[in-house]
Amino acid sequence: MIRDTEALSSEEKDCLQESVNSKDILGIIETHNGKLGGLMAILGDIQTEYGYLPEQALRMAADETGCSLVDLYGVATFYHSFRLEPQGKHRVCICLGTACHVRGAATIVEEFERQLGIKVGQTTSDGEFTLETVNCLGACAIGPIVTVDGHYFSKVDITKVKSILEKVPDLKKVPAGLLQNEEAKAAVSG
Amino acid sequence: MVNLSINGLNVSVEEGSSLLEAAKYFGFPIPTLCHMDGLSPYGACRLCVVEIGEGPKAKLVSSCTYPAEEGLKVRTASARVLKARKMILELLLASCPQSKTIQDLASAYGVHRQRFRQEHEDCILCGLCVRMCEEQMMAKAIGFRGRGENRSIGTPFDIKSDVCRLCGGCMYVCPACRLRCTYNEPEKAICGACANLSPPCIEKEQFEDMMCFMDPCVACEIKKD
Ligand code: SF4
Ligand code: SF4
Ligand code: SF4
Ligand code: FES
Ligand code: FES
Repeated sequence: MIRDTEALSSEEKDCLQESVNSKDILGIIETHNGKLGGLMAILGDIQTEYGYLPEQALRMAADETGCSLVDLYGVATFYHSFRLEPQGKHRVCICLGTACHVRGAATIVEEFERQLGIKVGQTTSDGEFTLETVNCLGACAIGPIVTVDGHYFSKVDITKVKSILEKVPDLKKVPAGLLQNEEAKAAVSG
Repeated sequence: MVNLSINGLNVSVEEGSSLLEAAKYFGFPIPTLCHMDGLSPYGACRLCVVEIGEGPKAKLVSSCTYPAEEGLKVRTASARVLKARKMILELLLASCPQSKTIQDLASAYGVHRQRFRQEHEDCILCGLCVRMCEEQMMAKAIGFRGRGENRSIGTPFDIKSDVCRLCGGCMYVCPACRLRCTYNEPEKAICGACANLSPPCIEKEQFEDMMCFMDPCVACEIKKD
């Protein structure tokens, strides 16, 4: 259960250090330190900068703010939106809310897990995809919903999983927040 | 001083005392799990429930966190309290049947059935260890992490803590690992054998999987020798 830092090879340690630029983090901390709600802002900005909360950064934030590391870690693990692991380039998010669930969202999760070879919450080893679930995106009528980097796919079933993953490289050409499959567009307009 | 009635007895206690302190002072026993003198009250286990108020307005509160109020009518062992307490114990026992502390409480309060699936958790999230570490040891090595069903206790990043004093305080207070029942028959949820003076577990040695945050764990090291 307890991980031992000393067991990390020196290479891994360098890697840890290099990826996190202490000046940037100090800058972020300075901007918000001491203000009401400053802690959340610090964590938020660090995450915007790195896509996750690096251990190094949390340690620095603890030192600078005088808040203990346990408490910071508690906050960081409490909120779903804070991540402690590096994230993949693309974020696949499957709705497991009630409406989507009864229409078989669980099987879609399984299919994504199978095709990507990872479990929910994990990132593929090539750093391309992170798989997540959410409880209701507010589009229950056209569920099950899957979003990829903010692009919406509606009425998804397991046969569509493959095509969704294939479309991912082209998604950045279209504005986010829109429905991405034809049936869905038809369902909404008709 | 605040005047209140506990189980019909009119008493006065110092302002700022909790109902638990008041009741204990006047000799009314209330079981507790997450409360310990010297640590701030936390109100997590709910075992210390008492009934306050009268008639339809009567309600159950946790006595360790409820302050003594002027004119309050408190019942520490009404039928409603006992029923709630039994249910709480049954639930606690389901999550941590290997805790002798909880097994003993269950025996003492007459919990005779177990209707819930047993989880064999390492922890009931009472928070005693966290408060011990912070308030008495001034270490803040361990804390709560995550939330909901993923809530757990441990060090940040599960890394050997550099502020832990290896004092053992956290293990000393833990109701889940301080005393382990070897807990003979998993299918028989309530052991109760201690109460019958015939512990079936006595022959067995089962402290292999103690959970603690000390690394190396002093107790386990001693045991190994
Ligand atoms: S052993 Fe470490 S974690 Fe446990 S109470 Fe002492 S300082 Fe805290
Ligand atoms: S580890 Fe023990 S003392 Fe700490 S919260 Fe869990 S049950 Fe309570
Ligand atoms: S007899 Fe053993 S297993 Fe049963 S309650 Fe007592 S200590 Fe626990
Ligand atoms: S349940 Fe999936 S969008 Fe509401
Ligand atoms: S002792 Fe009061 S809630 Fe645990």
